[in-house]
Amino acid sequence: MFKGLISPEKAHHNGSSSGVDSNYGIVVRNVHKYFGAKHVLKDINLEIPFGQIYGLLGPSGCGKTTMVKIIAGILEATSGKAYVLGEAMPQLSLMNKVGYMAQSDALYGSLTAAENLQFFGAIYGMNKAEIKRRTAEVMELVNLSDDLDKPVQAYSGGMKRRLSLAMAILHNPPVLVLDEPTVGIDPLLRKNIWAELYKLAAQGVTILVTTHVMDEAEKCHQLAMMRAGRLIAKGTSQELQKNIGVRSIEEAFLYYGGQQDES
Amino acid sequence: MRVRALAFRILNQLRHDRRTLALMLVAPLFLLTLVYFILADTVPIVYVAVINAPAGYEDQLEEQNIRGIRYDEHEARLALERGDVIASISIIGGKSYIEIDGSNPTKAKAALVAMEQAKNSVLFSRPDLKSEVNYVYGQEDLPTFDNFGATLIGFIIFFFVFLVSGISFLQERNSGTLEKLLSTPIRRWEIVVGYVLGFGLFTVLQSFLISWYCVYVLKVMMIGSFALILLITLLSAMLALTLGILMSTLANNEFQMIQFIPLVIVPQVFFSGLFDLPAGIEVVGYVMPLYYIADALTEVMIRGSGLALIAWDLGIIFACSVLFMTLNTLLLKKYRRV
Repeated sequence: MFKGLISPEKAHHNGSSSGVDSNYGIVVRNVHKYFGAKHVLKDINLEIPFGQIYGLLGPSGCGKTTMVKIIAGILEATSGKAYVLGEAMPQLSLMNKVGYMAQSDALYGSLTAAENLQFFGAIYGMNKAEIKRRTAEVMELVNLSDDLDKPVQAYSGGMKRRLSLAMAILHNPPVLVLDEPTVGIDPLLRKNIWAELYKLAAQGVTILVTTHVMDEAEKCHQLAMMRAGRLIAKGTSQELQKNIGVRSIEEAFLYYGGQQDES
Repeated sequence: MRVRALAFRILNQLRHDRRTLALMLVAPLFLLTLVYFILADTVPIVYVAVINAPAGYEDQLEEQNIRGIRYDEHEARLALERGDVIASISIIGGKSYIEIDGSNPTKAKAALVAMEQAKNSVLFSRPDLKSEVNYVYGQEDLPTFDNFGATLIGFIIFFFVFLVSGISFLQERNSGTLEKLLSTPIRRWEIVVGYVLGFGLFTVLQSFLISWYCVYVLKVMMIGSFALILLITLLSAMLALTLGILMSTLANNEFQMIQFIPLVIVPQVFFSGLFDLPAGIEVVGYVMPLYYIADALTEVMIRGSGLALIAWDLGIIFACSVLFMTLNTLLLKKYRRV
């Protein structure tokens, strides 16, 4: 069985971090998660250096979202721990430092985009001027500046997705957890969003992205593949391809995905 | 100030949602007006043909809400046949000869009793020995609506706030926004208090409107202080709000929330004091919040009681709200430990 490998790519770290894992924005240690008798995460270990875009790739139902929620502090592992910026989640003081974008658009439909942003900005403890400035910035970024005062229920699916992304980065968090961020977003805008993610990463923001879109997986600095609650491979997309002698990440995915579940 | 942000958001959502706004503000007034018209006209006028009776007999009948009209024997019979009158009476030598249409037992009985009493009053009573009646609570000819009105105000506020707050919190859960909220540094109690504050501010307006409408437009009997009424309705709204949120955690969708109406709301109506219940069953009311709301409102509106007399009721209502809020905060633990 192929052993996933981690390239200990030197990351420039940013900001202060306490604890043992000072090079990593996100660390996951021996995480198991049960829902009742169902074992949905099996011994997950992950280290994501500062300033990296880390892709979590896998078929639907493999446990990606559960993993991501544990890192964002919404769920807790049955055993094992998730660390963000060197500290164990969930912790209220850390919640401010994570931007979370859920798979379903968590928006208040009757409110306008501006009101949605204003609400979450206030919850994150931003002051009025700050919220106003950041609202303009993030809405420009996701190309929704003209729809700022429209009620969200009048938005299309793609627009809602973009607004969700804008909300996740509103408070300038050093860690971003994005669950399928670009579903339903057209290619051009998707390119812009990726450009922005690279820019954020260059500033030291640690970004975890889940996806099942192959061309997106290739854009990540590093990848982890999940299947049936287990991490089956880790590394850069080139490494994953090289190790099994395929030419595209898609083939690698099929290769790993096609293997028998060993549980 | 995360609590304030949450409260402000709820008010904002209500502001954008005109339908719900109308439901909360206009529907109660509509319902109250309907009930008012149903119950206001309490005494139907019953006509009786008077063929032969002592002077002043009709006045005595009038006292009993029966209208006596003089007829001769033949006309009386015709009037009875036509249904113009329900009975005819002829008093000869102190003895009544009555012909009566018994097809409407309620009216017939009322007419019989009235005719008998009127006769006694005219023939045998001494005015100086007439009973003196003082209304300690309520007043003469208190319409049924006034009796119900106090309870009704409490019930209507309870019902609408319960439903809207419950569904609102349910939507927060189902739309994923609760999860998003829990990925922020907001504390669990801040969510609960934010909800209570947001809807609470709105129910100030609602309580004021409903109470004002009842007291000044429908002119429900009200001898207590309007400020006390506001206080009671506000606390009631808070209770309904916290109970609604609590119940919504047991429901998976809006439909299941509606299912709580026959389970949670309707039984409370039965035990809120609107109906005279056997003593054994009546005690069940003591565990129903609406009982205390209705009791406090009746005390103030009909008996003019002050704060001291309703303190016990208010205390229970408030204690229940605090209990429900605590439970809500604990239940949110299911989503996040901290």
